[in-house]
Amino acid sequence: MTKRSRLKSLAPTALTYLGLAVGLVYAGFPILWMLFASLKSNTEIFELPPRLLPRHFTLEAYFTIFADPIKVRFFVNSYLVSGVVTLLTVLIAILSAYAFSRYSFRFKALLNVFVISTQTVPPITLLIPYFGMVVAFRIFDTYYALILTYMVFTLPYAILLMTGYLNTLPKELDEAVLVDGGSSWTALWRVLVPISIPGIVATAVYTFLLAWNEFLFALTLTKSMEMRTVPIGIELLMGQHAYEWNQMMAMSVLGSLPLLVLFLLAQRYFLAGMTAGSVKA
Amino acid sequence: MQATLSRRAFVSYATRRKLVPYAYVAPAMALFALLMLYPMIAVFRYSLMDGAIIKRNPTFVGFANYVANFENPVFWQAVGQTLYFTSLSVIFHLAIGMGFALLLNSPLVNPTLRSLLRTLYVLPWLFTAVIIAIIWRLLLDPEGVINAILMALHVVGHKVEWFSSTTTALDALTFVNVWAGYPLYMVSLLAGLQGVPKELYEAAGIDGANAIEKFRFITVPQLTPIIISIALLDFIWTMQVFPLVWTITGGGPIYSTEVMSTYTYKQAFADYDFSMASSSAICILLMSLSATYFYVKHQKAQ
Repeated sequence: MTKRSRLKSLAPTALTYLGLAVGLVYAGFPILWMLFASLKSNTEIFELPPRLLPRHFTLEAYFTIFADPIKVRFFVNSYLVSGVVTLLTVLIAILSAYAFSRYSFRFKALLNVFVISTQTVPPITLLIPYFGMVVAFRIFDTYYALILTYMVFTLPYAILLMTGYLNTLPKELDEAVLVDGGSSWTALWRVLVPISIPGIVATAVYTFLLAWNEFLFALTLTKSMEMRTVPIGIELLMGQHAYEWNQMMAMSVLGSLPLLVLFLLAQRYFLAGMTAGSVKA
Repeated sequence: MQATLSRRAFVSYATRRKLVPYAYVAPAMALFALLMLYPMIAVFRYSLMDGAIIKRNPTFVGFANYVANFENPVFWQAVGQTLYFTSLSVIFHLAIGMGFALLLNSPLVNPTLRSLLRTLYVLPWLFTAVIIAIIWRLLLDPEGVINAILMALHVVGHKVEWFSSTTTALDALTFVNVWAGYPLYMVSLLAGLQGVPKELYEAAGIDGANAIEKFRFITVPQLTPIIISIALLDFIWTMQVFPLVWTITGGGPIYSTEVMSTYTYKQAFADYDFSMASSSAICILLMSLSATYFYVKHQKAQ
């Protein structure tokens, strides 16, 4: 091989790896910066020249958060609300998905279009009447307000993802139960649900992510510090201590942790669902 | 109990069989009625009143709130900025998502590295908008690392106030939103690329097509359905952007990053003018619905 032709054959490989490296910096640098800033002292964050790695590792920011009952409460609230929303959403979605996947009935097409278009209704349009409703139901500034309203944006996706999953399972499985004289309820819970675990896991992870990340409803439908969720807590921290950057970064790390863990555990199912159902960012 | 039992005896097996699917969808539909149908009607009613929610007996004012919005220059500024932010976001999401998908799909990359990098490239998508906002506020702080790097490279001569200058704030916000949103495209396009039949490329190779021609005449047409559905959904969602703008700039400085949802939110929860806010909210809804119409049509065609 001449030098020139060797160079020519190496060029695409080199360019590909260069592109991948640029991508890695673009995607990863901000996240790494957050992680390491949370391990610095607040004065070190703006030192010049900037350094990615801390000179003095410190868990000070994390200790401050765990020592503050209000900040711990933000996390408790987020886990509680997201957990309950996930449970209810998955249960209701399984029921609907079963009907969509196994029965043909009048209004089915209409309901389907309804479920799809519900994904695209702006949250701010719903927020104004929700505010009125939540006040009228006397559930303003309670968990109920968040759990109830979150269902409006978690359910459409959960129904679509679950229906998609049930459609991949052969109809003969549950029809065998019906032929043997069993009820559709038995067919669903004894036969379909146990073999749908991967689909249910993907749906649950996705629902949890949507609920955990919600901002607008939590901002407006709760008021007291005891009811605030993590995203609102971080936003308030930004207003109150504009200069406690290491604490804000530590809150962000802790606030991202459950999603990263769930995503890494369920990645395989999750990415498949993401591409199948065109999932909300 | 007695009533249900006696009714059951009269209802034939066939009728009950027909009612089964409705029973299964009932909980979801009840929730949709409460959380979607009723609020839609309510918000439209509010938009035709004066002092909804706040006043005990609000008066009917027809389309006066809409007229008041249309006569407000800030409303049109918000519409323009929303469309600018949304269009640029969608274009860059697609370009970056496509770039990463093509790189990851390259036969030169081994499968282990590919799945590792795919996971790393997806990460920005997992972060909460508020966390993304706070990370980028730190990075793009006038004293922050990006200014330090740009000044060391002599790209900028002074500390740029990215988010607090009216000339850069909207573009800086768009930049952050691009970072936050490309992974959805990347993952979907990568799955799409893996589904393109290899024979097409081989046949084109025999006919003497180069890499660019293969991309232009095979890859793009094969991926078009995916691109259209994701771009439409992204357009709809980005138009509704709230948390990112609210936490980074709050619509300022001097309305320079005001978008439809921050404009509406302020009318409702800063001015407590729920009627004006409802009319703005209906405008966002109509913008979304017009895009949704194309989306549903496209989904049905597939």
